[in-house]
Amino acid sequence: MSIPLFTDEPVRAAARQLFKSLPMPGRLDEAWRFADTKALDMSPFEAMPAPIDGDPARFVKRSRGLTETAGKMIFANDQLLSREVLDASLAQKGVIWKPLEIAAAEHPELFAKHFMAHGAPLGSEKFAALHAASVKTGTFLYVPRGVEIDLPIEVFHWLSGEKNSSFPHTLLIAEANSKVTLVDYFTGAQPDASGLAVGFNDLYVGEGAQLNYVCVQNWSLQTLAIQVNNTVVGANASAKSLNVNLGARYARNESASQLIGEGGRSDMLSVTVADGDQVFDQRTFQDHLAPGAFSDLLYKNALDGGARTIFAGMIKVEPDAHRTDAYQKVRNLLLSDNAEANSMPGLEILADEVRCSHGATSGQIEPEELFYLLARGISKNNAQRLLVQGFLQEAIDRIGNPALAEKLGEIMRAKFGN
Amino acid sequence: MKSLVIKDLHANIGEREIIKGLSLEIECGKIHAIMGPNGSGKSTLSKVIAGHPDYTVTSGEVLMDGENILGMAPDERARKGIFLAFQYPMEVPGVTIANFLRAAVSARLPEGEELEATEYYQRLYEKMDLLEMDRSFTARSVNEGFSGGEKKRCEILQMAMLEPKYAILDETDSGLDIDALRIVSHGVNVLRSPDRGMLLITHYQRLLDYIVPDVIHVMVAGKIVMSGPKELALELESKGYDWLTEEEPAPAV
Repeated sequence: MSIPLFTDEPVRAAARQLFKSLPMPGRLDEAWRFADTKALDMSPFEAMPAPIDGDPARFVKRSRGLTETAGKMIFANDQLLSREVLDASLAQKGVIWKPLEIAAAEHPELFAKHFMAHGAPLGSEKFAALHAASVKTGTFLYVPRGVEIDLPIEVFHWLSGEKNSSFPHTLLIAEANSKVTLVDYFTGAQPDASGLAVGFNDLYVGEGAQLNYVCVQNWSLQTLAIQVNNTVVGANASAKSLNVNLGARYARNESASQLIGEGGRSDMLSVTVADGDQVFDQRTFQDHLAPGAFSDLLYKNALDGGARTIFAGMIKVEPDAHRTDAYQKVRNLLLSDNAEANSMPGLEILADEVRCSHGATSGQIEPEELFYLLARGISKNNAQRLLVQGFLQEAIDRIGNPALAEKLGEIMRAKFGN
Repeated sequence: MKSLVIKDLHANIGEREIIKGLSLEIECGKIHAIMGPNGSGKSTLSKVIAGHPDYTVTSGEVLMDGENILGMAPDERARKGIFLAFQYPMEVPGVTIANFLRAAVSARLPEGEELEATEYYQRLYEKMDLLEMDRSFTARSVNEGFSGGEKKRCEILQMAMLEPKYAILDETDSGLDIDALRIVSHGVNVLRSPDRGMLLITHYQRLLDYIVPDVIHVMVAGKIVMSGPKELALELESKGYDWLTEEEPAPAV
């Protein structure tokens, strides 16, 4: 008897059924506190992504990433357009890098074990079900034991057309002592097209492995975007993830990190540039299941116009997770009197000898700092941009890849330039 | 003749008057020094010239080569040629020296013109060598975690890159050990030029051994009370400032 695949119609039908049966989040749901749940209306959007019209080459051309990469895949409307294969030596070492549906057919046992295995613990069960019912493709990356991939691997997902939808998925398995950097770029092809994006990540970081994961969310400004990220960190492993949030009208980001092995480390980083009437709704979970693990969350939000951010973070130290170090820091920079940042840090400690701290602060640009830049002849607008970038830089630098940091700076400057 | 002229300047912070009718002319090519006791308004003067928003000019003029700059925003004054080396330079986290200076240099280019990166770095490295700054500094955030000496060197580096017409150096010697003082002074002396006027503000005579001024002014209670040649500094060093304040006691601050 074969293992059911996510592409099998009965599997999708069951997910569709689940999506229908689960209630829409409401104002009284704790997991959706402060969120305007009316923004979640999905009725205007295509149930399945409509294919792109016109020449796919234009998306390939626009997918400008890093100069040097180990591999690159480009999708538009959940359709694979281009795939630069990995170096032959990596394939020889057993690295698997394939579109999701192909990998599922070839490695059903890995999918049975890992694909959406941790659900959506932070409130988006209904949207996880929608994702399961609608996901067509995405990327699968398997890095065998001890294999190190020095250059980053890049994946581009474009969403094109009015009222269209996309369901990108990334499944990454980094086996023991392996090393890899993966960058997902989510981009809206037309700046004002409305759209729906429901993405999902499963990231597994085996014992002693090192993962750097970056997701640049730059959907169009009329997109409803929901993203669920689940990371599992093994003993002495390190998972660094950075979410760069620029696009969407309402963007919900749920990131959970499970520390399942002693000595594991999870760095959960995020930078957000919010303006206009954008809402960024961020929910996080640092789940310490093993003793002696470390997690450090740093979320930085810059808010202008009438933008709003919501942060709700939970650190949970399970009963056996003694000697846990867990930190959570949210910094909001308010550039306008109409912007609003809501922060709800949380802690639940059930073990001993634990070091935990959490804190959220909101502030404005320091007038003396601004004057220092003005006194050098830099215009007020440019000075503010520089100070905002400087404010966000701390989180970006933590990824420890200057070329990538430069690329991210370039993408962010394009938003400031508007 | 080109000069920075300060005419009967009065300036307040809030309701309190700090500068009380100060007049001074700094000719292009000359170095003037202002000495004076703490609280005499020396730093306030430098910030008023640079356009700090906390201070209100109630009367008087500041003319740069004949043009009144008091109506200009601080960034415009800077682009026109005013430079203030801060006594306490701000830390700017996340903004590297290279990017910070690139923005400042670019701001001086004509509309639509882009900075040529190779030339820019060449010039930056040249100026850093002058100030004995390691090149790794370009990638460090402006003033963040810098020692006192590094901060002051960074101020002079900015001056060297921005080539102002008139530079005001506010207590550039404070917090410097003798080696740092030597390096900073050398940097300033190299920037001495017939096309540039400078105003050194200092509490101590020590700096003036290294950067020899053309004229020395003594500032007490918001005004210049005495001006003279460089030898005046030595007199002040031996006598202190008290004898100058006897006739007109400084208000309690």
